[in-house]
Amino acid sequence: MLKFIGKRFLQGILVLIGIYALTFFLVASTPGSPFSSERAMQPEILAQIEAFYGYDKPVGERFLTSVGNILHGDFGPSAVYANRTVTEIIAESFPVSLKLGSISLLVALLLGIPAGILAAVKKNTWLDYVPMSTAMAGICLPTFVMGPLLALVFGLIFAVLPVAGWFGPEFVVLPAATLGLYYAAYFARLTRGGMLEMLNQDFVRTARAKGVPEHMIVWKHCLKGGLIPAITFLGPALAGIISGSFVVETIFQVPGLGQWFVKGALNRDDFLILGLTVLFASLIVLMNLLVDIAQVALNPRLKYD
Amino acid sequence: MPLLEVKDLKTSFYTRDGVVRAVDGVSFSLEKGETLGIVGESGSGKSVTCYSLMRLIPEPPGRIDGGTAMFDGQDLLQMNEAELRKIRGRRVSMIFQDPMTSLNPYLRISTQLIEPLRLHFDVDKKAALNKAIAALEEVGIPEASSRIHSYPHEFSGGMRQRVMIAMALITEPDLLIADEPTTALDVTVQAQILDIIKKRQEVLGTAVILVTHDLGVVAGNCDKVNVMYGGRMMESGTAEQVFYNAQHPYTRSLQKTIPSLQTKGAELYTIPGLPPDVSKPIHGCAFYPRCPYPKTGAAEGDRPKLVDLGDGHCFADCHFCDSSAPIESVLTTDVPVEDITPAGAAE
Repeated sequence: MLKFIGKRFLQGILVLIGIYALTFFLVASTPGSPFSSERAMQPEILAQIEAFYGYDKPVGERFLTSVGNILHGDFGPSAVYANRTVTEIIAESFPVSLKLGSISLLVALLLGIPAGILAAVKKNTWLDYVPMSTAMAGICLPTFVMGPLLALVFGLIFAVLPVAGWFGPEFVVLPAATLGLYYAAYFARLTRGGMLEMLNQDFVRTARAKGVPEHMIVWKHCLKGGLIPAITFLGPALAGIISGSFVVETIFQVPGLGQWFVKGALNRDDFLILGLTVLFASLIVLMNLLVDIAQVALNPRLKYD
Repeated sequence: MPLLEVKDLKTSFYTRDGVVRAVDGVSFSLEKGETLGIVGESGSGKSVTCYSLMRLIPEPPGRIDGGTAMFDGQDLLQMNEAELRKIRGRRVSMIFQDPMTSLNPYLRISTQLIEPLRLHFDVDKKAALNKAIAALEEVGIPEASSRIHSYPHEFSGGMRQRVMIAMALITEPDLLIADEPTTALDVTVQAQILDIIKKRQEVLGTAVILVTHDLGVVAGNCDKVNVMYGGRMMESGTAEQVFYNAQHPYTRSLQKTIPSLQTKGAELYTIPGLPPDVSKPIHGCAFYPRCPYPKTGAAEGDRPKLVDLGDGHCFADCHFCDSSAPIESVLTTDVPVEDITPAGAAE
């Protein structure tokens, strides 16, 4: 088990180095620079700026320096926002995204998984059709439709929830619902599929023949195997919920990370792009490691090796 | 009063393509401790008969359309879910064809083995576990006390079927329904599995319904035999009656197919044609299209009634009311049972 985790951890580090190198050289080989602007700049001033940010040195050297800095927890300065470092920006907005993301994920799991189980157990009844068609609608409806819709209903018509900003617990509700409902739909469909597959297995017939009541067939005999597809989706889902929340953050004016992703790319803020890439790549690697561990724990036919 | 008396059992599947009459009027009875063999080709309704008794037919599309199955004074076919749960795994147990898929791969053997005990008796986990270890030893699993904590995938097919038998018999049920328990297993293991069932049956006094398409298995292990075809009963009686005094042409054709009775090197005998399509109504005799002695008019009119020859030996009167048909016996009493049973079964 420890060996398995260690091995996967090292693999994760390799993946991170690969992703960082790829992003770094892609960014470096992009034409233009963070410091080019529409107004003509004195060459001396430009040279000074470039020297300040280390752009006067060759690419290879810059790469090694930046890796060294990152290992010390320093993601460098923002190339666009003066007097701000990437570490500061992340430290400020990551907790917001993490909070929004984890609450959304909780919403997604707490709604999606029970709905999927219920739909599978009550297959081909209204308890299956209603949640599943809702889930289908949820998947088809983009967050930029769902968000304003929720804002309209709960913010304007009923006027019970704030529609923009990030000041207190009530500000979390609408963005978390928008993001959570979308992923709840996925989890519901995955769980239903997984549970249905389990419920059709021969061993369920054996359990019935032993006199096992239906609720125990679901909880004891089928849940473990039935949850595997949903658990597998958990890794990409968390990454998606945090990075993909740009739309939701914009709609509800949440000061999260998603906005910086877009701003960084638009402004050619090299350090910000790289910092965020490292952050998200680490998150995905970590989540996938956790998912791998969970899968082996759930399925005895898999082994830690 | 017999332990189980089934009368005119009818089970159909209502599919989009029509009504499949999988079991169409099956009757038999079984005393305590007796073994009943149900033989027939694939699709003859053997398994559906068993599932109907356990009420394990998926409904819908399946439905038990009629009949009674009196088990110790109660009709299994009329019971509600709660009553059924008290019978299933406690008084009637079942083992299935494919041991590879019949055990839950996500749960330890121990968890699955003690489940019937915990459900039907007031025992604590430790006592149940001890009983489960003893049950595994009884079916010949070495190092049972440590292997009980394994997962099913760590066992071979034969071992898994032993676990299934141990699990089915752990509550000492009155009736064990074994649905082709050896079909999915290696030939060398088949005989061992049948032997274990037989030995446990002798110790516990359990009645057994043994479903098989292997006549040899029936010959070596059963007191009574039902021959099924197209969801119907063709012939029933004691093993001796059905084997040595077979009346129905189908029974005889089946006997002709026993490989060990055929000349070595010669092409094996098969019954020409295919089993009937039970999704279409069958008029007259179900076996008529493949019958070696077809009687004129057997394809029309009413279906043949079961004729009692006395001593409980019955057959569907598809041709013998026309007494001109030739009677040639395939098996005679001078063929010992050992010759029919599969190699090794009789040791």
